[in-house]
Amino acid sequence: MDTTGNIFLPSGQSTIAGEVDALFSFLFWASMILFAIVMGGVGYFIWRYRHRGRETVTSGRAHSTALEFTWTAIPIIMVLIVFFWGFNVYMKMQVVPKDALEIKVTGQKWFWSFDYPHGAATVNELVIPAGKSVKLLMSSKDVIHSFFVPSFRIKMDVVPNRYSVTWFEAMNPGNYDLLCTEFCGKGHSEMIGLVKVVSEREYNEWVETSASLGEGLSLAEYGAQLYKSKACITCHSLDGTALVGPSFKDDFGTMRVLTGGQSVRIDENYIRESILNPQAKVAAGYDPVMPTYQGILKDRQIDALVEYIKSLAKNGAADEAE
Amino acid sequence: MSHADSHAAHPKHLAHHFSDSVQQAESAKLGMWIFLLTEILLFGGLFCAYAVFRAWNHEMFYSAHKFLDVTLGSINTVVLITSSVTMALSIHAMQLGKKKQTLILLAVTLLLAAIFLVVKYFEYSHKFHLGQLPGKYYTFTGVPGDNPHIFFSVYFAMTGLHGLHVLGGMGAIIWMMVRTAKNSFSPEYYTPLELTGLYWHLVDLIWIFLFPLLYLIG
Amino acid sequence: MYDNESERNYLNTPRGWKSWLFTLDHKRIGLMYLIAMAAAFLLGGILATLVRLELLTPGRDIMGAETYNQIFTLHGAVMIFLFIIPSIPAALGNFILPQMLGAKDVAFPRLNLASWYIYVLGSLFAVYSIWTSAIDTGWTFYTPYSTDSTKSVISMTLGVFILGFSSIFTGMNFIVTIHKLRLPGQKWFELPLFVWGLYATAIIQVLATPVLSITLVLLIIEKAGGVGIFDPAMGGDPVLFQHFFWFYSHPAVYIMILPGMGIISEVISVFSRKKIFGYKAIAFSSIAIAFIGFLVWGHHMFVSTQSSLAAVIFSFLTFMNAIPSGVKIFNWMATMYKGHIKLETPMLYAFSFLFLFTIGGLTGIFLGVIATDIHLHDTYFVVAHFHYVMVGGTVMAFLAGIHYWWPKMFGKMYNEFWARIACLIIFIGFNFTFFTQFILGTKGMPRRYYTYLDQYQPLHAFSSVGSWILGLGFIIMAVYLIHSLFKGEKAGRNPWGALTLEWTSPIPPPPENFDKDPVLNHGPYDYDKVVMERDIDKVKMGSVSR
Repeated sequence: MDTTGNIFLPSGQSTIAGEVDALFSFLFWASMILFAIVMGGVGYFIWRYRHRGRETVTSGRAHSTALEFTWTAIPIIMVLIVFFWGFNVYMKMQVVPKDALEIKVTGQKWFWSFDYPHGAATVNELVIPAGKSVKLLMSSKDVIHSFFVPSFRIKMDVVPNRYSVTWFEAMNPGNYDLLCTEFCGKGHSEMIGLVKVVSEREYNEWVETSASLGEGLSLAEYGAQLYKSKACITCHSLDGTALVGPSFKDDFGTMRVLTGGQSVRIDENYIRESILNPQAKVAAGYDPVMPTYQGILKDRQIDALVEYIKSLAKNGAADEAE
Repeated sequence: MSHADSHAAHPKHLAHHFSDSVQQAESAKLGMWIFLLTEILLFGGLFCAYAVFRAWNHEMFYSAHKFLDVTLGSINTVVLITSSVTMALSIHAMQLGKKKQTLILLAVTLLLAAIFLVVKYFEYSHKFHLGQLPGKYYTFTGVPGDNPHIFFSVYFAMTGLHGLHVLGGMGAIIWMMVRTAKNSFSPEYYTPLELTGLYWHLVDLIWIFLFPLLYLIG
Repeated sequence: MYDNESERNYLNTPRGWKSWLFTLDHKRIGLMYLIAMAAAFLLGGILATLVRLELLTPGRDIMGAETYNQIFTLHGAVMIFLFIIPSIPAALGNFILPQMLGAKDVAFPRLNLASWYIYVLGSLFAVYSIWTSAIDTGWTFYTPYSTDSTKSVISMTLGVFILGFSSIFTGMNFIVTIHKLRLPGQKWFELPLFVWGLYATAIIQVLATPVLSITLVLLIIEKAGGVGIFDPAMGGDPVLFQHFFWFYSHPAVYIMILPGMGIISEVISVFSRKKIFGYKAIAFSSIAIAFIGFLVWGHHMFVSTQSSLAAVIFSFLTFMNAIPSGVKIFNWMATMYKGHIKLETPMLYAFSFLFLFTIGGLTGIFLGVIATDIHLHDTYFVVAHFHYVMVGGTVMAFLAGIHYWWPKMFGKMYNEFWARIACLIIFIGFNFTFFTQFILGTKGMPRRYYTYLDQYQPLHAFSSVGSWILGLGFIIMAVYLIHSLFKGEKAGRNPWGALTLEWTSPIPPPPENFDKDPVLNHGPYDYDKVVMERDIDKVKMGSVSR
């Protein structure tokens, strides 16, 4: 059982919660001490130096470089400690483990939908295995939402037309609240979901029984279909041959040089952008002739193509920094 | 010891709370400089938006800007710079007490400002005709790249805000002409003229940045 | 109504409603602002009470979700743009600043009047937008929600746009006044610290507000013209709005607190009868806070998909911005050391400030650390934090200033007994309302929620009861303050025995401020050299005897 958190924090249920809570506790106690010093001092002075009797002049000593230095330097040292400590924990929260289970999250007014790698889809209930890293690839269909699981200490905005990423590893089976924390209108406070953490064995069982949801295909399989039906095959090969456009083989996760000399990493955002706005980043050595699929492909189809292209480069699997 | 009667020869233009003309003039100029600073920050936001969108749409900006008429833009630049010169000269004329010359130079400045706006009118109406309008009203198809309306949105926002400021400046110049004609100014007091001049120079300066950023890309 | 013995002062001279409508007297303008502040605070307070009433229980109590969203949005917009940003500079600053400098008025009296009318116009737009289909986006107007919304976004943002000019003109006026209208021989480091506070504030007003103006203009043309600057479907970026918005709105919070800190410096020195400790440190810390404050806006956006590098830089700078505030608090403590402290109402509010602002500032650190901010962002922890600094900080300082300068403004003393009672009730009510919300937020309760999970109910109920106590304190205050205008004891010229120039003029001051030309005989805090009589010690107040 896990009992991270102090009396105010909910029980921490992710692997990072302990570290976040330790930092929180430090801040809490440091604040308490600082507050006691300040208010204790003020309270004492008010009592000790209360005015009685005749009016007289008071001390003219109104300057002390030593004191100014002290009460500037000590707070600076304290914030530096907290800064580096916080930086450390933050970096752990930002770097997604390589073997994370990736689930696609879509936020919209006013519910959450989840697409799993094996093809299933759920609404408002996120099913994940305990003891495994889970990476969430999120985007919104309308306004900005925010994905918040208090027990895991994670939160990330869910933005239209862009992917945002967060990750966590849940420790124990259980049900944990999922709350939207970016104001999105009338149903904002009812956009509540559940993270259902189950044992790995239960998760695998669930995977097998739930694969018939959606189109009956995993996102990547659907993407393979679209690759042909939407004519990507005419310009992009799968075997490394350069046609009108670059081949899809092995390119996900690598760096690509563009016309003009800059380099860009081929990640989900790059692929999505190239589908919707192909002139934005043209690969060096190729002509800018790709037509845009804005308005032609639905979001889910773009997701599918992204997954498909990723599957073609499993050994060069993406590692994210955000 | 009341201060009410300590200024026997109290100049007409000196306000009650200032101790002398110099303090009043310096205060007015300091105030005007601060106001100009706020204008720079106002346009700064638009320049920032320009930078961001140009970085995200490099080629499109280049293709779209070709539809701006560099000749007309250059004419406008020369017109505005000249108007700054005539504005400065009008202040100089008042420093020498030459009321008629001041009025003439102010009128020329006004005329040049009007020419600027007329040229802009032609530019704008040409764009309207072609459908090169901001945002959802954009219908022109001759610019390659995605979302070409972005360039024109930025163009209209920046030149539009600038044009509004030119218009406001023209109003100020007209008011200065009225006050000059009514003998409000003299070599001892011409602060409002100076302030109008400062404002006008800023309007000119902003255009000098706008012109290359919009018309002379690449 | 006004008990005077034919004394000529700014209230009765000149006479007639037209003389008020077209007044160039900074004191009259300050007074009109003060009345407007009270009205705005009342409106914002009623909205707040409605919010907390609805939150007594989960589910519907007195209104539906859409109405609730409108009410909390308006509470924020009214309190921030109509009340707290103008409050100290426009009401107290206008009244006191010229007198502290020994001047007859601000540098640009007509601009000052324009500032006032622009405030009125902007407020009317804001109220109009409430009257029509009131906006529901939150006071932050985030896109795409605000661009999609069919509610009165345009009229509210237009109102705020107009109000921005009022703020800019006040800032311009104060900067020039401080530079140019000091007494000859009055050096920068001989100015009262309230002046330094107003100066730093004015710099922010002048530099930051235009950025808000252009942001709102872009929002308006996006809504009206479908421009696409923030619309992702048209190649725009909704997060860009957040950057533009917070570039103003973070410095804006320093517009709120810096004048308040200036008042605290005055009050602590006067009521400890002691020279302010660390004058230069306090003065420079105001400038430092103003400057660094422009560089930290991204700390509102740690989870908005900005890059990790940017987030880390903003976090670091946020910590740096906390240091000067700490410096001030320690210097104020050192001022009290070996002083002769009198715990009258202004000092009680200063004490409340120290208590509440310290909590507010320390909780800011929790939010500046990204790792903890991820958990706390957009929860009630943030709501509690900003109420502690804005109400516990700025409003307490504002009230300290009101009570300190009340005799100067009206020539009357308020009832000290009831003033202390009100202060105590406000202090207790405030903590009940908002300390609870730190706990709520830590437990994961998000903000801007109409309904909530059952487990949060006891804390919400407690907070709501606290809001009633808080409201009661303010009602008592309104009563004794208004009462003092009619029936209050006549005040002496320098009730508190202070050493700054505004106390050398008659009470209330005549239109030209001084009856004798002001002379600098001593520094503003020279309690080590001068024993200044306190007129209040010669006047019996209510049931409290000295």
